[in-house]
Amino acid sequence: MANSKTPRLDELEKGRWPSFVKIMKRAAVKKPAAGDLLKQLELSYEEKVGHWKHGGIVGVRGYGGGVIGRYSDRPDRFPNVKEFHTFRVNQPSGWFYTSSALRQLCDIWDKYGSGLTNFHGATGDIILLGAPTENLQPCFDELSEHGFDLGGSGSDLRTPSACVGPARCEYACVDTLDLCHTITQEFQNELHRPMWPYKFKIKISGCPNDCVASIARSDLSVIGTWRDSIQVDPQAVAAYADQGLDIQGEICGKCPTRALSWHPERKELEIRREECVRCMHCINKMPKALRPGRERGATLLIGGKATMKESAFLGWVIVPFMKMEPPYTELLDLLRRIFNWWDERAKNRERIGELIYRLGMRAFLHDVGLPPVPQMVARPRANPYYYWRPEEVRSNG
Amino acid sequence: MPTIQFGDVQVEVDEDGFVQDPKQWTEDLARYLAKQEEGLDNLTEDHWKVIHYLRDYYQQFGIAPMIRKLCKDTGFDLKYIYELFPSGPAKGACKLAGLPKPTGCV
Ligand code: SF4
Ligand code: SF4
Repeated sequence: MANSKTPRLDELEKGRWPSFVKIMKRAAVKKPAAGDLLKQLELSYEEKVGHWKHGGIVGVRGYGGGVIGRYSDRPDRFPNVKEFHTFRVNQPSGWFYTSSALRQLCDIWDKYGSGLTNFHGATGDIILLGAPTENLQPCFDELSEHGFDLGGSGSDLRTPSACVGPARCEYACVDTLDLCHTITQEFQNELHRPMWPYKFKIKISGCPNDCVASIARSDLSVIGTWRDSIQVDPQAVAAYADQGLDIQGEICGKCPTRALSWHPERKELEIRREECVRCMHCINKMPKALRPGRERGATLLIGGKATMKESAFLGWVIVPFMKMEPPYTELLDLLRRIFNWWDERAKNRERIGELIYRLGMRAFLHDVGLPPVPQMVARPRANPYYYWRPEEVRSNG
Repeated sequence: MPTIQFGDVQVEVDEDGFVQDPKQWTEDLARYLAKQEEGLDNLTEDHWKVIHYLRDYYQQFGIAPMIRKLCKDTGFDLKYIYELFPSGPAKGACKLAGLPKPTGCV
């Protein structure tokens, strides 16, 4: 290996796991850009600095988002990555593709770009890595001809994403795929034409297992839930016990709110509905015996994000339960009010969670017309003082 | 740094085609860029309204306005601005107005 041009990267080919270096070397046989990309990365490893220039601004006609500008700051040494822009392509709901659609996509990308892809980026989009500026418009045109569209980037609505939901998962309490598609279609302008203080992400999970990690990664998180009791099949419960499952220890003992009791003599599982916080633990452990309740909808949370101005936030509950049925008018109207409230008040690059942190949850709830409800807090607070709004204070006179 | 030859002046632009020195801007340069960059043969009154607004704002504050502000102050919604400038407010309108490349996520 003494004469390899990328000795540091070569280390990453060792071991039994997949290696992006291997894959990029394979791509480099066909595409010089992939080769230069590796060499530039090697240089970055050597010098411990990145070699991408920031602040590129490129795009396609009619859209402000979806393409991210990347320029090498060493075009003298790596001419094939001089311009190496990224496309974000809106993924289908739940990431379902036909193999012919994937082939089509890859053919288009082989034609205009480096051939390198990333399925999928953090927002959920298909990431097409590396095209020169002059290829952006023709590539986009051909993608559109085949029914693909770009996703969000910059200060706009980022591509909404959703778990596979009812397509494959019996836990789904809402039709995540349909909802994700509806939101995407409804807010096309917000998705393609950035005009907000910063980004806004929406993610949808069909149940509290939250497989798309919406609570930590989205400004508005929709999580399927139910408001009646968990459905129990007593015979299946008994069958689990007969097979030797330690229901007392593994199920009841690990319920976070102690909402379950096990009666071994009757082989009966008792659920105290009002104690259940819908954590999914018992259902995940006994999927044949327990199911989410019948009265289904979703919980909405706001403000999840990674560290920026403020530290990382998990979403706060703002609506404990909302029915989620087409045409989703209640949710779409609420989203519009939330967008406006944030857009009117936020500073540049301030996420909605940070704005609520700055102005207070009370102001947010009041302005978007949501009632404060007990489900928004984990437990009653110790501090008894309450700040009334001035118009709520009446004299006794 | 790339340059564009415009009449008998050389105008320095960055790799995305943004004019580097806002003082070199003239209305003729805007017309030239409109043709080159946006494929626009002529600029209407609404185009000029946006361009002049951006220049005034830039001269006053030293940065490009937030898009929300641009829409509010010109009375044009964002969709219409994209109709006027197909590359959008930043890559299209700001470029024609001779503003340096907007930073961040504009
Ligand atoms: S979040 Fe729930 S419904 Fe969605 S895939 Fe995961 S377990 Fe299934
Ligand atoms: S879902 Fe969670 S909280 Fe509810 S009963 Fe099961 S384990 Fe307890």
